[in-house]
Amino acid sequence: MATQHSRSAARLMMAPAVVLLLGWMLIPLSMTLFFSFKKYLPLRGDSMANGLEWVGFANYTRFVGSSAFWPSVQATLTIVGGVLIITVVLGVLLALLLNQPMWGQGVVRILVIAPFFVMPTVSALVWKNMFMDPTNGLLAYLWKFFGTEPIAWLSQASLPSLIMIVSWQWLPFATLILLTAIQSLDGEQLEAAEMDGAPSIKRFWFIVLPHLSRAITIVILIQTIFLLAIFAEIFVTTGGAFGTKTLSYLIFQRVLESQNVGLGSAGGVYAIILANIVAIFLMRIVGKNLDA
Amino acid sequence: MGQIQLNQVTKSFGDVQVIPPLDLTIEDGEFTVFVGPSGCGKSTLLRLIAGLEDITSGHIAIDGTDATDVPPAKRGLAMVFQSYALYPHMSVRKNIAFPMRMAGIDQAEQNRRIDAAAKALNLTDYLDRRPGQLSGGQRQRVAIGRAIVREPAAFLFDEPLSNLDAALRVGMRLEISEMHERLKTTMIYVTHDQVEAMTMADKIVVLRAGIVEQVGSPLELYQRPGNTFVAGFIGSPKMNLIEGPEAAKHDAATIGIRPEHIDISETEGTWQGTVGVSEHLGSDTFFHIQSGLSAEPLTVRAGGERKLKYGTEVFLTPQIEHLHRFDQHGLRIA
Ligand SMILES: Nc1ncnc2c1ncn2[C@@H]1O[C@H](COP(=O)(O)OP(=O)(O)OP(=O)(O)O)[C@@H](O)[C@H]1O
Ligand SMILES: [Mg+2]
Repeated sequence: MATQHSRSAARLMMAPAVVLLLGWMLIPLSMTLFFSFKKYLPLRGDSMANGLEWVGFANYTRFVGSSAFWPSVQATLTIVGGVLIITVVLGVLLALLLNQPMWGQGVVRILVIAPFFVMPTVSALVWKNMFMDPTNGLLAYLWKFFGTEPIAWLSQASLPSLIMIVSWQWLPFATLILLTAIQSLDGEQLEAAEMDGAPSIKRFWFIVLPHLSRAITIVILIQTIFLLAIFAEIFVTTGGAFGTKTLSYLIFQRVLESQNVGLGSAGGVYAIILANIVAIFLMRIVGKNLDA
Repeated sequence: MGQIQLNQVTKSFGDVQVIPPLDLTIEDGEFTVFVGPSGCGKSTLLRLIAGLEDITSGHIAIDGTDATDVPPAKRGLAMVFQSYALYPHMSVRKNIAFPMRMAGIDQAEQNRRIDAAAKALNLTDYLDRRPGQLSGGQRQRVAIGRAIVREPAAFLFDEPLSNLDAALRVGMRLEISEMHERLKTTMIYVTHDQVEAMTMADKIVVLRAGIVEQVGSPLELYQRPGNTFVAGFIGSPKMNLIEGPEAAKHDAATIGIRPEHIDISETEGTWQGTVGVSEHLGSDTFFHIQSGLSAEPLTVRAGGERKLKYGTEVFLTPQIEHLHRFDQHGLRIA
């Protein structure tokens, strides 16, 4: 039978990809799980060859027990939440603006998208040195111009500063997706609403926003995945100081600075759990837009 | 109330004038149909009346008061779009309620009007569905329902039936006519289907390139077309238009004769020709007769039982009292 034949052929053809994907995901995952139950301090002479000591859940309890753990979860969620709110709200507004017919539309659109092409490390450095530097930064000049004391952004307002930098990077992505969604809105629907007596604010609220809900869902889900793991921006700006230590940064410190692979692996498992909790939570609130 | 008056209205998109100066009065309670070939400006004219498009010059008055600068929502008109333009994320009930919600009508009154509209339009069972779960005809009825509940001064329809299949189209046509009889509200209906125009209208406005070619009742236009364009456009199948020496015999540049006003005979008659394709509709038969009189074959209507073989030599006799004569500018003579 043709269908059965083609099905087994399809399985055969897909097998390499599936095996590769499984290997790609499963091997690091199981290694992480494995190390998280071991005492593994390379600098103290622990190595795979000598055999690692099984320590049960000791690494897990120690990671949670450390004073840095809960603040790091909080910092992670604050950054993710803050960036999501800023990028979605501003993204919708920018998309509305860019959708208006105007002179030089093409150029403006490219300019808006530009930040997305700048590497995170570079953009964070640019922000740190050009804008937020308390003595030479542009913002410092602005503050001085208005006669107020410049703010030491990255130390006094570290989390908001980081949220600002990351939002600047991700705003183009949100804008782009929302703009394409707005462009797919049927103009006659807006005209119908106009004739039905809806002023522009209500047209936005009752017609445009529901139309965008699916695109907003996608923006939130994709951004969350990437934002949970931001690293370079923290590394080059505060280095994890001033309360900007996120979960992924904490894991980095545990593994590389204190050379504790077992503890870092346990942190990695926590990060997976956190990501899943956030994902399920988000799917619950926004996911119903996806199957509508 | 819903009298609409257009006074020297023009519309240009950039340099292109789509509507040259146009005067038109639509009386209260009238069912007016705008008909014309594609691209002649029917939708544009409707959108000008609705206020969705700014007029370039001229004045629009609704019920005697100037409405030229009044925004669409304040004109008291309801429009049914060709694409229906339903709100996809709202249930049928919410779609129909939307204009009332915007107008701040209280909930009890909203429900009363929704139920009345749903009953009239056979939508009662579908009120909780989304537009995506409805058939084309049902969506069309929701769009009409949304227009009705506003109790507008006039309804504007832009080719509302063009997305429906032939059978449904006939049904909806009757429903809309019925609705007009019941509500007695002014309706403006755009179509390029002259059958819709003939069957529904109190008054037909024939447009060509933004110019009003003729205004009148369906029968007036059918029996006394003002020029060759209207003569050719109204009526199906088309009127036969003949130019040249045959027309000169009747002191005209063009003569027109409808298919049902030509007698066909195999033995004698005024004109001679050969039978081409014949279309048997059951009740009638249309013969396409090749003759030397015009480039296109003449269409002749005969009884449903009449049969003539392809290639048969026949004779045609026009009924002189039904002959239409047009001068060299295409205008009707007498
Ligand atoms: N926004 C616009 N910009 C420029 N030209 C336009 C615009 N809208 C319509 N036109 C032009 O105006 C003319 C009339 O268009 P309109 O849509 O009114 O035609 P219509 O009679 O409704 O045709 P149809 O039966 O195909 O719907 C067309 O030649 C069209 O190209
Ligand atoms: Mg049109």
